[in-house]
Amino acid sequence: MSTEFSSIDFLINGEKRSVRVPPMKRLLDVLREDLHLTGAKEGCGEGECGSCSVRLNGELVNSCLVPALQAQGARIQTVEGLALDGELHPLQQAFLHCGGAQCGICTPGMLMAATHLLANNPHPSMAEIREGLAGNLCRCTGFTRIFESVISAAAQSGEERHAR
Amino acid sequence: MRGRAEAHELIAPGSLSAVLELLAGAPGEWTPIAGGTELMVAHAAGRLAATKLVSLWGIPDLRFIESKPESIIIGAGTTFRDLRMDRNIATELPMLARASTWIGAIANQNRATLGGNLVNGSPAADSSPALLVYDAEVEMISLRGKRRIPYAEFHTGYKRNLMAPDELLLAVHVPRRFAHHRQYLRKVGTRRAMAISKVALAGTAKVEDGVVREIRLAAASLAAFPARLYRSEDAVCGRNLTPDIVKAARNALLAEVVPIDDIRSTAEYRRCVGANLLEEFLNELRIQGPAQ
Repeated sequence: MSTEFSSIDFLINGEKRSVRVPPMKRLLDVLREDLHLTGAKEGCGEGECGSCSVRLNGELVNSCLVPALQAQGARIQTVEGLALDGELHPLQQAFLHCGGAQCGICTPGMLMAATHLLANNPHPSMAEIREGLAGNLCRCTGFTRIFESVISAAAQSGEERHAR
Repeated sequence: MRGRAEAHELIAPGSLSAVLELLAGAPGEWTPIAGGTELMVAHAAGRLAATKLVSLWGIPDLRFIESKPESIIIGAGTTFRDLRMDRNIATELPMLARASTWIGAIANQNRATLGGNLVNGSPAADSSPALLVYDAEVEMISLRGKRRIPYAEFHTGYKRNLMAPDELLLAVHVPRRFAHHRQYLRKVGTRRAMAISKVALAGTAKVEDGVVREIRLAAASLAAFPARLYRSEDAVCGRNLTPDIVKAARNALLAEVVPIDDIRSTAEYRRCVGANLLEEFLNELRIQGPAQ
């Protein structure tokens, strides 16, 4: 059996895009296959690892668990939307500086979860950082350097807030 | 085998009345999907049996928290993040607020809905034990009308419930009177974050002059569905919490629970930990004496 495709419009990283896909296609697959935004990764495919994290209407979500149709008309931010005019986002700078990225598979998701955390809570405590990133698994860093990256970015944003 | 997106139909009528009409027109044919944190996992793994799905996401009539004098009414489409952010729930239904923090991580809490948790009916459902000891009622709706039943009667078997094929879960009504009861909620899982429970126990109780005047106990993962522990309650209700009564309550719990061995734990471990959690709650009641 096959289903009708749906036309889905959204705003991705500030840009209007439109796709025709099966409505149950996972947002993750739409991003990667139809829009060629391959920053979001598939780790587990069941909402446990966070490597497919994106922001949907300002909320952090696992894009592997969102059917495309439910993103109709949504505002989506992916890791590709963090850098502005070739200049890295303060979180990306901090991950580079503090060694928060090693193999890189979890990094886009970590960056989106951290972006979401700092958007709602610009100066989180360590407990809040741990909770904010609890759904994002990393097998390389042991997490400490990732937490340090977030602390470093939060400290900077007090001084020079990235305009977006 | 991976799921194929093309094998499933999904529509989003956008309003509660349109969804109810769809369900009434073809009862049992459409499977509602809210935040997708359960069904999309099955979909990715190629295990999603439903071929026709109807989206409940973004329907305002299902996503609300309303505080009435006697109760707090929570729309079935309310997310666990919504529950965590609500002031009245934090202060008056603290166990529901805490259970909401157990639902995966932030990204899951942003999508997972209270109604989805209850309708899915996992024996380990995180929100269930608290709702059971708060004496919650569930309200269902179809084109035929609305009906309300005690949540304790909602589950009828493993992943089975009392809903008719043309019904949707509309709301959960939670009485506010338990704000003055002593409360207990503990989940035992493999790790603190992102782990499904091996056992969870909730309790509310009213103790006067050392005597248990009212008590409600409920557990997850100790039976085929989350359930009240009525016989354990009977063992302590109206009694002084002496060590003998605590022991009798433990025995009552061990006699009434029917856990299983599965991927997460064993029946024996669950029985033992369930009894230990009950003892911990009763000891708290005993040591701290009357509250409020």
